[in-house]
Amino acid sequence: MVKNIKLIAVVFLVIVSFFILLKGLNKTNNYSPNLKSSNIDFNFKAKFLYSNEETTLYELINDKDFSLINIWASWCLPCRDEHPYLLNLNSLGKLNIIGINYKDSEVNAKKFIKELGNPYSKIVVDPSGVNSIELGAYGVPETILINNNSKTILKKYIGPLDDKKLAELKMIIKNEN
Amino acid sequence: MKIKILVLTIFYFIGSFNLSYAANSEKVDQISKNLRCLICQGQSVYDSQSDFALSMKILIQNKIDEGKNDEQIYDFLKSKYGEWIVYDPEINKNTVLLWVLPLILFVFGGILILRKVSIK
Repeated sequence: MVKNIKLIAVVFLVIVSFFILLKGLNKTNNYSPNLKSSNIDFNFKAKFLYSNEETTLYELINDKDFSLINIWASWCLPCRDEHPYLLNLNSLGKLNIIGINYKDSEVNAKKFIKELGNPYSKIVVDPSGVNSIELGAYGVPETILINNNSKTILKKYIGPLDDKKLAELKMIIKNEN
Repeated sequence: MKIKILVLTIFYFIGSFNLSYAANSEKVDQISKNLRCLICQGQSVYDSQSDFALSMKILIQNKIDEGKNDEQIYDFLKSKYGEWIVYDPEINKNTVLLWVLPLILFVFGGILILRKVSIK
């Protein structure tokens, strides 16, 4: 009888751990919270790159329908790669692209923009990285699409934009209109 | 004598300033030890020197200076990054096994021991 219980216990444990591990396998390794739960703090305060004035996210979002917040830095190589995509999106004219310059030096940031072009309608600086944390960001580059009217996050991309994400962004903007 | 008092007062203020500063950063350590560094798996924010973790520590310090308590800071971060950021899973349908399994094992083990004892 004792032997039986031991056997059952072992089998039970193996089965349970098998299912736990199986469940773990199927789970994606993406730790981003669902978009509904991540609300944006519009009281977010930051300084402009090209002037010393302070602003809030409320002021940054203008009368266009969508805002695209892009977190970038001149030291970030993938940001260089995604820059043409931002220029492309800006040429659509439907987006208000806001740049957040993450932990960068002012000189290098300005050089970066001068060299590669400026897709941003406004650029604010985030020297300590705190503003990015307040937005729920992980690092650079990161892109957040906001519906200006409903003040909700429509889409969030961690990592550089690419052809696929660009097409998806254009699709979302088209469908939402 | 006057100089002595003056020097002592100055030292007192320097000391108390240091103390309050130390108390605050201890608090940051305490909170950041309970936070998962999301971009460096297996490390807490306290352990990590990544940009993300460094900014997080500044943010926690800012929140403490604003007078927020621990609970408010955890809630704020949970609202931004989700439940995953804290090392303390809440009981829900995904984590119920995690919470109940040790209890089941404990009871099961107890039964095994009892049986063994009563047989002897």
